[in-house]
Amino acid sequence: MEVQKTALYNYHKNLGAKFVPFAGYEMPIQYKDGIVKEHISTRTHAGFFDVSHMGQFFLEGDETLIESLEKIIPADLKNLKVNHSKYSFLLNNEGGIIDDLIITKTEKGFCIILNAACKENDIKQILQFLKKNHKHLLNNDLSLIALQGPKSVEILEKLIPGVANLKFMTGSNFEYEGENLYVTRSGYTGEDGFEISISNAKVEKLIDYLISNEVKPIGLGARDTLRLEAGLCLYGHDLNEKINPVEANLKWAIAKKRKEVGGFNGWEKIKNLLANGCEKIRVGIKPDGKVIARENTKIFSSDNNEIGFVTSGTFGPSVNAPVAMGYVKSEFSKIGTSIQLEVRGKKYGGKISELPFYKKSYVK
Amino acid sequence: MSEKKFSKKHEWVSLEGDVATVGITKHATEMLGDIVFVEVPDAGKAVEKEGQAAVVESTKAASDVYSPISGEITEGNKAIADDPGSVNTDPEGASWFFKLKIKDKGEYDSLMSKDEYDKFCKENPS
Repeated sequence: MEVQKTALYNYHKNLGAKFVPFAGYEMPIQYKDGIVKEHISTRTHAGFFDVSHMGQFFLEGDETLIESLEKIIPADLKNLKVNHSKYSFLLNNEGGIIDDLIITKTEKGFCIILNAACKENDIKQILQFLKKNHKHLLNNDLSLIALQGPKSVEILEKLIPGVANLKFMTGSNFEYEGENLYVTRSGYTGEDGFEISISNAKVEKLIDYLISNEVKPIGLGARDTLRLEAGLCLYGHDLNEKINPVEANLKWAIAKKRKEVGGFNGWEKIKNLLANGCEKIRVGIKPDGKVIARENTKIFSSDNNEIGFVTSGTFGPSVNAPVAMGYVKSEFSKIGTSIQLEVRGKKYGGKISELPFYKKSYVK
Repeated sequence: MSEKKFSKKHEWVSLEGDVATVGITKHATEMLGDIVFVEVPDAGKAVEKEGQAAVVESTKAASDVYSPISGEITEGNKAIADDPGSVNTDPEGASWFFKLKIKDKGEYDSLMSKDEYDKFCKENPS
């Protein structure tokens, strides 16, 4: 398959982006400032992220669309209000996570934001449950821009009056340059901010405005350190088809009603795990010193038994220390439990830590 | 102290008597990005020419640092292990990685000069 580019590819190039192949796209990993500065400027001012490689999947249909989607998504879609969003998953028959996603109720149906690497398969999986009268569209004419950081609201409100009234995980239609825009108050950095769905034709103009307001471009490198400090999962690393939401410590994302009534893929298994607990569970990990425990680092108990593995690990610029996430046997998951991390053949001390590592500042 | 010599793996070496000081080049730090972890060898460790001697990690990835010259480590620079970011600011000065007592000055002589190294970097862009 040919490598794909987002509408902003040349724009990134002019901003000095270093590109890497990611999920079939050429994406900026960082710009001139580098990962740490990009990270810090997002936390202290605001940064923008081109996340147009993610799928913007629109669904329309009658009441039966909800029934269809609820078979594969364990959110309470029936009671989801228009313009409200939920973090949820696509689940397989064993309750494994096919993808994690944000689903928003629209006037005519739903919009689902899918991970770039998963979107083709996700759509195949969703289509299995749709009926003939349900319409669907993966809209590649739209870009998706995340604006994140404490100054986001002030900056975007000047351009698009009304966005300041949005609460976390809600959205609305706005007008910009004679076009309709959909803006949600959401993101994946632990900061207040927005995701802006905008036509490919107008996206450069929006970015011009953001840059003129000192908003820095942020690459995938800092996106990773930001989301990890915020304790958020990255699909393909912290989550995969063999891991279910209970093990992933994301049972909060399964609607209460759905936990009781079920009716979605893998419910029997998940119900059992909710009642009896699971063998392994996702935890936060703080190495004691400066050593970085990266993905696949083996985790040992203090008495040298192998108890798990790291799924994401990096240096957290705002925490100013290494941070990691991984899976350990449930009996070792208590906050404060001493563990050992095997890095380059040597064991280093660490502790099971609370998540997030960095306090979230969402506007609820 | 002698003039700095350079390796293809982006280390620099300077020599004082039979003790060499080794670090990574400015070019290397620019390729690595923000350095967040450094591990330096302990005194007494024997290293081979082009053998792994230290570790440097940026926000992106971990890389080995090789010794361009064989010998016995006399000192690892603990200051950079405590403050890895200093390698980005002064890679070819205060932020050296280790010192070692060399066995064969010929190994030093065979390394690249500054001009040769600059040319090498230009011809082998990352």
